[in-house]
Amino acid sequence: MKCQKCDKLATFHITDLSGDQLLALHLCAECVKEYLQPDETPPPAAKVVSNVISKQLKLEQTTEELAELDHKECPVCGISFYEFRQGGRLGCPNDYVFFANELEPLLNNVHGSVEHVGKKPMRGPHDTQPQTELIKLRREMKDAVDREDYELASELRDRIKSVEGESQP
Amino acid sequence: MIFDEMACRCGEWLRGSGPESDIVMSSRIRLARNLAEYPFIRRCNDFDRVNIEASVRERLEQSGDFEDFTFIDVAELDNLDRQLLVERQLISRELSDAEGARAVAIDEAERISLMINEEDHLRLQVMKSGLDLDEAWQQINAVDNNVEQQLNYAFHPDLGYLTACPTNVGTGMRVSVMLHLPALVIAGQIDKVFNSLQKINLTVRGLYGEGSQAMGDFYQISNQVTLGKSEESLVEHVGSIVPSVISYERKARDVLIKDGNHDLFDQVSRAYGLLQNAQQISSEETMHLLSKVRMGINLGLIGDLEIPEVNKLFIQTQPAHLQKLRGGLPDSANRNRARASYLHRHLKRPKFGEDPAESN
Repeated sequence: MKCQKCDKLATFHITDLSGDQLLALHLCAECVKEYLQPDETPPPAAKVVSNVISKQLKLEQTTEELAELDHKECPVCGISFYEFRQGGRLGCPNDYVFFANELEPLLNNVHGSVEHVGKKPMRGPHDTQPQTELIKLRREMKDAVDREDYELASELRDRIKSVEGESQP
Repeated sequence: MIFDEMACRCGEWLRGSGPESDIVMSSRIRLARNLAEYPFIRRCNDFDRVNIEASVRERLEQSGDFEDFTFIDVAELDNLDRQLLVERQLISRELSDAEGARAVAIDEAERISLMINEEDHLRLQVMKSGLDLDEAWQQINAVDNNVEQQLNYAFHPDLGYLTACPTNVGTGMRVSVMLHLPALVIAGQIDKVFNSLQKINLTVRGLYGEGSQAMGDFYQISNQVTLGKSEESLVEHVGSIVPSVISYERKARDVLIKDGNHDLFDQVSRAYGLLQNAQQISSEETMHLLSKVRMGINLGLIGDLEIPEVNKLFIQTQPAHLQKLRGGLPDSANRNRARASYLHRHLKRPKFGEDPAESN
């Protein structure tokens, strides 16, 4: 009998019970290795992040502390810590400041460092924290429009215009 | 249309030239950047995405530094054109499959691509044929400086460039070298090499990056750490390891040849024969066989075919390229037949005694 994956002689005859149906397989010595130990591709970065955080949290926090931390929300973009640790992606630049304590062990774990030593922008501010104000204002304006509070929305629009004017490169 | 012309050309990373190009396919560096005034992509609403795309595009088009770039609205493209760009490695699968406003700017030589609204607002990428990391870094650094003149990057005094995923923060830089390592695979040494690379903080991925399987014995080696090291030292770190991987692959090839490995000769000849004569063939099998043929050429086992020709077949037999070149072919059974006839036309050599030159 020939191997189902290549043309060599099938020397392994397997019945796989793991799926919904019985699966009969006839494989050669090489293909069986691949079947039993599929290539391990590294998990995507976001997965790495959420795994490291979960591990780290289990070590350090009680259940109550964890529940409280999960509810913590960034005032700028509104992402909760729970959403971040589930998805592995942050919501805005301000999260690095707002969740600084929670991120530090993660950064140390992934990079072995918490300090950037590379290139800096040649022009403009080396700390763009003030610009995150715009993210917050835009979000508030959208909320105001959704609530049909057009007076507040137009006030916010003017403030956004003026902040935008200051931060133009 | 630009895409039809594109499909006929090889593009930078399969040009098959540059240092160590028998083993190193390409060198690539990408930088992740975000605009300070917007939330990261996952917290963007449709309106934010449209604004980011429009403002980046407007600023870059006005600046004069990006005159020979073509801006492509990825959201407007059909599946086939998006897939074509993925196959050419000009956009990522993530950008192709995402929803909402997104774009890419590509330079004329297809060496530089600037993705807008990928995982980060901006992903700047430079690709070079062969092993050429220093040059790649010079180029991407210059592009980054030009972009930075026009936009406010999110930057933190201690943490550097801020990115959506904390695994990219700091330099936002990923340095990758794509290697063709068939002999190490045959010799069963590839896992050993990967394990030792992982110990020194380098990651190994398949041909199309994160989460992709190794196809046709192509592997990408790249840095894992982005924070706490300068860009130059990251380039140096990856650049210093690649030559030893190359020398392992060369040693493995030498041993295979010296031992007069009949299995190897047989595999190369069979691969070449199948590619020349198959009546229908999938793109995975084509990759797998072309990889063997490519190695056979480098080992001097195949004399009537050149590396650039094989590289061209690698790209042009991929599904979207084949559909562009042949027109139509939406279903894979037809495509497999068209792929076989395409390979047949490009690889069929006159049989002994049939050489038109000889019959004269």
